[in-house]
Amino acid sequence: MAVPKRKMSRSNTRHRRSQWKATAPALVPCQTCNEPKLGHIACPNCGTYNRRQVLNV
Amino acid sequence: MPTPTKGPRLGGSPAHERRIMANLATQLFEHGRITTTEAKAKRLRPLAEKLITKAKRGDLHARRTVLQTITDKSVVHTLFEEIGPRYENRPGGYTRITKIGPRRGDNAPMAVIELVEALTVQQSAVGEAEAATKRSAADAEAAPQDAAPEDAKPADAEA
Repeated sequence: MAVPKRKMSRSNTRHRRSQWKATAPALVPCQTCNEPKLGHIACPNCGTYNRRQVLNV
Repeated sequence: MPTPTKGPRLGGSPAHERRIMANLATQLFEHGRITTTEAKAKRLRPLAEKLITKAKRGDLHARRTVLQTITDKSVVHTLFEEIGPRYENRPGGYTRITKIGPRRGDNAPMAVIELVEALTVQQSAVGEAEAATKRSAADAEAAPQDAAPEDAKPADAEA
């Protein structure tokens, strides 16, 4: 089985992990309550989608 | 021919997928709206709508065909007595899927699938009017093609 020959330096580890980033989700304002929400998804704040009540809040 | 569903079966095996779909359909007709994952909701929609079409037909053969999928007789009864007649003048599109975002725990995208309301008299009138406009528009498109050669001949004669 292939095994690493050398210990990976902290520098190399940290350089690798510095490329590991989260991206901010694109949010849109809710039509009814103006809270930011994900697009094409019912608003988790007021529970509406296209002004239709979908979830009980 | 319908396009086969891509990807692996829900639940692992074909038999498990059939049971999952049958259970989801039963629960949908029992409660009117259910919360499930987007993938399951999308697979459930065609099955549920076909069952409702069978319920609209309402004869014994249709009932026996539906009973092969939904084995709960009381649910089949409500499907044939209440849900089928409700959609008498709605030409398909009996369910609505609304996405409700990722689930806590495994981040699975969730959705609500529900039976839509019966068409109101006003809505069905609007639907018929739109269909009539479409038909007349199609006739109008077809008519000039018939008329065009007749127009062309006199023009040639004058030239």
